[in-house]
Amino acid sequence: MQWIENSLGRKIPKEIDGRACKPFKGAFVDQGDEFMARRKISLTTAPGRINKIEKNWDALLDKLQLKSGMTVSFHHHLRNGDFIVNETMRRLAERGLKDLVVAPSALFPVHDSLVELIKTGVISHIEGSMNGRVGVACSKGLMKKTAVLRSHGGRYRAIQDGDLHIDVAFIAAPAADEFGNANGVLGKSACGPIGIALADSLYADKVVILTDGLIPFPCVPMSISGLNVDHVLVVDTIGDPEKIVSGTTQITRSPTQLLIAEMAAEFTEAAGIIREGFSFQAGAGGISLAFTKFLGDRIRQKGVKASFAVGGSTRISVELLNAGLVSYIMEGQSFDLEAVRSLRDNPRHVEIDPFISYCQHAKGCFAHMVDVAVLGATEIDLDFNVNVNTHSDGLLLHGIGGFADAAAGAGCTIITAPSFRKRIPIIKDRVTTVTAPGEVIDVIITERGVSINPRREDLIDRVRNSNLPLISLPQLMDEVYTITGKPDEPTFGDRPVALVEWRDGSIIDVVRQVLD
Amino acid sequence: MSMNSIFQSGLEGKSDLIVSMDASVEGLTVQVESSVFRLFGRQIKEAVEKTLKDLGVTKGAVKVKDDGALDHIIAARVEAVVRKAGFATIPKLRVPSREPAVKDRLRRSRLYLPGNQPDLMINSGLFGADSYILDLEDSVAPDQKLDARVLVRRTLEMGHLFFRHCELIVRINPLSGPYGRDDLAEIVPALPHILLLPKCESAEDITEADNQTAKIERKYDIAGRILFMPLIETVKGVLNAQSIAAASSRNIALCFGAEDFTRDLGVTRTREGKETLHARTQVVLAAKVAGIQAIDTVFSDIADEPGLYNSAIEAKSMGFVGKGVIHPSQIPTVHRAFAPTHEEIEEAKKIVDAMRKAEQTGSGVVALGSKMVDVPVAERARKLIDLAKKHGTPGLEGF
Repeated sequence: MQWIENSLGRKIPKEIDGRACKPFKGAFVDQGDEFMARRKISLTTAPGRINKIEKNWDALLDKLQLKSGMTVSFHHHLRNGDFIVNETMRRLAERGLKDLVVAPSALFPVHDSLVELIKTGVISHIEGSMNGRVGVACSKGLMKKTAVLRSHGGRYRAIQDGDLHIDVAFIAAPAADEFGNANGVLGKSACGPIGIALADSLYADKVVILTDGLIPFPCVPMSISGLNVDHVLVVDTIGDPEKIVSGTTQITRSPTQLLIAEMAAEFTEAAGIIREGFSFQAGAGGISLAFTKFLGDRIRQKGVKASFAVGGSTRISVELLNAGLVSYIMEGQSFDLEAVRSLRDNPRHVEIDPFISYCQHAKGCFAHMVDVAVLGATEIDLDFNVNVNTHSDGLLLHGIGGFADAAAGAGCTIITAPSFRKRIPIIKDRVTTVTAPGEVIDVIITERGVSINPRREDLIDRVRNSNLPLISLPQLMDEVYTITGKPDEPTFGDRPVALVEWRDGSIIDVVRQVLD
Repeated sequence: MSMNSIFQSGLEGKSDLIVSMDASVEGLTVQVESSVFRLFGRQIKEAVEKTLKDLGVTKGAVKVKDDGALDHIIAARVEAVVRKAGFATIPKLRVPSREPAVKDRLRRSRLYLPGNQPDLMINSGLFGADSYILDLEDSVAPDQKLDARVLVRRTLEMGHLFFRHCELIVRINPLSGPYGRDDLAEIVPALPHILLLPKCESAEDITEADNQTAKIERKYDIAGRILFMPLIETVKGVLNAQSIAAASSRNIALCFGAEDFTRDLGVTRTREGKETLHARTQVVLAAKVAGIQAIDTVFSDIADEPGLYNSAIEAKSMGFVGKGVIHPSQIPTVHRAFAPTHEEIEEAKKIVDAMRKAEQTGSGVVALGSKMVDVPVAERARKLIDLAKKHGTPGLEGF
């Protein structure tokens, strides 16, 4: 295999699985070409009223003209409660199909059973985020071909550019009509937005809506338009919406997490970010939830109002909306059922898709309208490069989600994380895998202090006279090593098992095979 | 293989490890399992082997199940197991370097940390309490007393690494019980600033602790370094509070413990705490007579922030200088309650100003508005400004 270096000094293959790899050159370097996806479209010639409902799985699958080697896609809005990925893949395996490319926007532990299909050759590889045992299987080199990891915005771009061509999109929909219009806010399995499947519906050759909530035409709102849908199949259940809850919805009691969240809130105030009309992004997870709450307290104290919050929302951000501390929530995904209810009922809680929020083919996406984004990480290095995909032992355990897009867009990108987990330091000379380059990361906040990217002199100036403990990354790394000791370097195989794409499709890093 | 040849130390969970040893096995073997094995497996094994070597252990099958414990925790668990197996006693102790305790300082919050839970100790120094109590008494089960003692000792031996420059207190077990003397022998050389002495009931309890401590201090050349906080938590202790407070020059504060006190009295502890009002007053008065601080009991409901605040405000009004806290989230609330208010500071500034002018003009009595300012009023104002300075209140440079 021939290797080349990208602008971060990361070695990437020149070509892999017959695909030429574009090396990453910088977060905002235009490497776009004018190649846009084309899909097979046909004239609708059937007369009379339209009804796309298939009578059962077999009737549906018969019509799809499935072949080995095809690419099938799924969205992850049902998170760990999803039944559709497992059900569909089991049926495709039963039909004797092999070498399928699975293109989910993310997988969760509920999808661990896919490992069997990888081992038996039904699945050749995954293009999408992986969690849990599927990620471990990928790390250990069990996939025939190289997996591809993309951010939400990057996935949308890849589909538009034809880098990721989808033969059949299977879209789970909590509510749909016989025409194929669909949304995620109605029905017994309501999970919030289903906008991540928008690209799939626009660009896949065949589009299938799988629903357990058939309602009379027209299904409003039309998150997915039936104009782009070929077939509708009614199933008993698409999943368990109780399990869309990401982690906990209670404010953490971990003193370390609370300390980090409080410092992040204090930083945003000290840096002058909390002002009338500002906007923010913070996700689920212990620190982010607590940050959102503490931010709300400070918004209230200052007597200002945020214009909008973006990203996956929760009970906590809904409380801010209802208290009038923020004017709108722009919802990409819902992380708990309180968010789902609010999205359905509150006109100021608005569903958006990854084209709007994150995609570089949009003429400016909303991520660039966000003043501050608070995100997590598994590792950070002295150049502020961030890893959210692999752990320090090399195992691929997390997807990118909106990380790269939010970090690239936000006026101030803050990474919050404990400085070590168990005894594993998160600050390193070099991260195991680069997900996002240091040029888009502004501030690191751990329980041991605030580290500001030297590039952001403006931020350093603004918080210099605050009570925040400022610490440089080398100092922080030394302090942590004194406590934890310096970890040994794990050994890796030569084979890249996954490509990590930057938003523009260039390769920012590879994940190497983990040897036992 | 009989069951009583197997010994164990450590708890399941983050940042700890379980060490077990089969003492009946000839020859020494070490087997390591760890959730961080790929990154730290080699170092864990080395830490185990070094501790075994330092303790002179030459036999036994040692098994380690680690979940990311730091080296001093690994050493503590291995030492505890070896001592349970009877292969070693207290090792040769080295006194860590530590700046001397300060008698009179801010003690608004003292955070209790269970002595056998390493994960709670690691980051505690960052949470901003004035003092930290590593507890060997009520939060440690009887079968874990040795484990906790070794862990606390080894944590103290790490110097400032985990608690930066905070005040370190160890609550030992009562000297009258089965563990107190062993605690003292092992903890004093590790040089905490203060020993919190539980269930003090008479001056003799303090004298006894004083004599025992002095003996150990002499042996390690640290005479007079250890200070005491007697904890009054029985009816008898309350009635003898004055003689307890005066019993040793090591005493720097009297603490009140409501949980044990209400049990001893046979009443229910309430949110408002009226049932302990008299006892707490008595503890404050005894402390004041002895010229030491008085520190109030803990507020046990960590979800009830307004309750905690009110309880701290009440304690402040009674003459206590601080409270015990059981979760870091209680620290800011307690500090807020004990801080002088803006109004108090402004009033005190006016009084001090007025007194200065009076001194310049040679007038003895000063009036501020309709109130007379005499010496005690002025003294109280000066103390309040000193306290405000310690709290970091800006704008007091000239006072």
